[in-house]
Amino acid sequence: MIAILDFDMGNLRSIQKGIEQVGHKAVVTRDRAKIQSAHKLILPGVGAFRDGMRNLERYNLITPIYNAVEAGKPILGICLGMQLLFSESEEFGLTQGLGIIAGRVKRFAINLKVPHMGWNSIDIKKPIPLLRNSTQGEYFYFVHSYYGEPEDPDCIAATTEYGICFPSVISQGALFATQFHPEKSQSSGLKILKAFAEL
Amino acid sequence: MLAKRIIPCLDIKDGRVVKGVSFVNLRDAGDPVEVAKTYEAEEADEIVFLDITASHEKREIIIDVARRTSEMVFMPLTIGGGIRSLKDIERLLKAGADKISLNTSAVDNPQLVRQAAEYFGSQCIVVAIDAKRSGPCSWEVYTHGGRVARGLDAVDWAKEVESLGAGEILLTSMDQDGQQTGYDLELTRSVSEGVNIPVIASGGAGTLEHLYQALVKGRADAVLAASIFHYRTYTIHQAKAYLKERGIPVRM
Repeated sequence: MIAILDFDMGNLRSIQKGIEQVGHKAVVTRDRAKIQSAHKLILPGVGAFRDGMRNLERYNLITPIYNAVEAGKPILGICLGMQLLFSESEEFGLTQGLGIIAGRVKRFAINLKVPHMGWNSIDIKKPIPLLRNSTQGEYFYFVHSYYGEPEDPDCIAATTEYGICFPSVISQGALFATQFHPEKSQSSGLKILKAFAEL
Repeated sequence: MLAKRIIPCLDIKDGRVVKGVSFVNLRDAGDPVEVAKTYEAEEADEIVFLDITASHEKREIIIDVARRTSEMVFMPLTIGGGIRSLKDIERLLKAGADKISLNTSAVDNPQLVRQAAEYFGSQCIVVAIDAKRSGPCSWEVYTHGGRVARGLDAVDWAKEVESLGAGEILLTSMDQDGQQTGYDLELTRSVSEGVNIPVIASGGAGTLEHLYQALVKGRADAVLAASIFHYRTYTIHQAKAYLKERGIPVRM
C-alpha cells in the first residue's frame, strides 16, 4: 500500500486517483500507524514552504518520514513535497526543511514571468527507475516560484529550462522527487506514478 | 522550453455544459466530465469551467462537478463564476479544482485576492478581467458577467491584482468575445507586458491564425477558446500542429 501524506497542503484526490488509474492502491492519510505499515510514501503539496513545514509538525508527520527514509522505503516528493525534503528554503526569510536532501530551495531570479506555470520538458540526466517509462524531452505540468538546488549534483536525475536550468527530478537512494505534478500531467504523469508504484 | 498553453473553456449551468458542444462520440455531450475527458485525450493543456448557474442554491452542483472531474481527468482544472468567499474557494479546491478564478468578487473586495493568495498560494488564484475598449489605448473593467462598468483601467487593475498576489490573469476582451474575428491584441499585449505573471488571452478566437497572433503580437502565455473547439471547427491537435509549424513552442 502507498500512503499519500495528508497535511492540508492541497487536494490529494488526483494523486490517489492517478495511482488507481495505473492499477494500484493508495490511501490519503495522516495516521501514523497507516504510514508505518505502508511500503511507500508520497509527500505531495502545493502552497508555501513555511506552512508546509508547520503542518508536518502539527500533524506529527516528521518522525514517520524520517523513519521511512531510514527503513529505505521508496518516497516520492511532489512539487512543495519535493522542496520540503531540502535542508532549507529562501521562502519568507530562511526556513528549515526536512534536511533529507542537502541543499537549498531558491526563488527564480530570472527575467521571465514567475510563477513558472505550464507544460515544460525534462532533460533526463540519469536513467533512474522512476523515469523508466518516460522519454527524453517529455512534457510535464509545472507551477512553482521556487526550485530546489541540491549540494550534490549527482542526485539530479533530470533538469528543465526556464531562464535557468533547474533540477526537475531528484533521486537519492530510494528517495525520488519531481518539481512538476505527475497527477496533472496526463499520460506522461501517470507513467511516473506507475513507475513509482511498481518500484 | 515552456510551452504556450491551449485552453478550452466550458460554460456550465446547473452542472451541464451550455453552448452546444458538437462532439459526436460522446454518450452525453452535456456532461462536463465527459467533455473534459475528450479534451484531455486531445492533449488540451488545461481546462476552464465557467459556472454560470444563476441561483445560489444550485451552486453546490459545481462542487460535485469539480470532484468528479478531478477523479477522471489528470490535467489542471480552473473553476470560475460566482465565487465570493474564502470558504467558496476552499470548498472548490478541496473538491479537486487546481485554480480558482475570481472576477466580480475581486473588484468588490480586492482583499479577497490577497487573503486567498496568502491562504491557498498564488499559484491557484487567477483573476479574470473582462475589459471593454474605452479609448484608443485604454480599456475599462466590467463585472457581473459584463453588465456593470467599474471605472477601473484594465492594465492598472491587472497590475494591482498582481501586487495583491494573483498568480495568473485570464483576460477577456468584451468587444471581441463571440465575434470570432480575433483577440484584442493591443489589450492583450498591454496587460501581458504590464505584469510579471502569466496572462491567458480570451475572447474572439475564430481561426488558428488568431491563436497565433494572440501569442506573438499579444504576447500572451496561453490562449483560451470555446466555440472553435466545441463546434469542432478545429481540434486541439490541429491548433497545436498549426502553431508548432509557425515556430511556437507547444506540447505535442
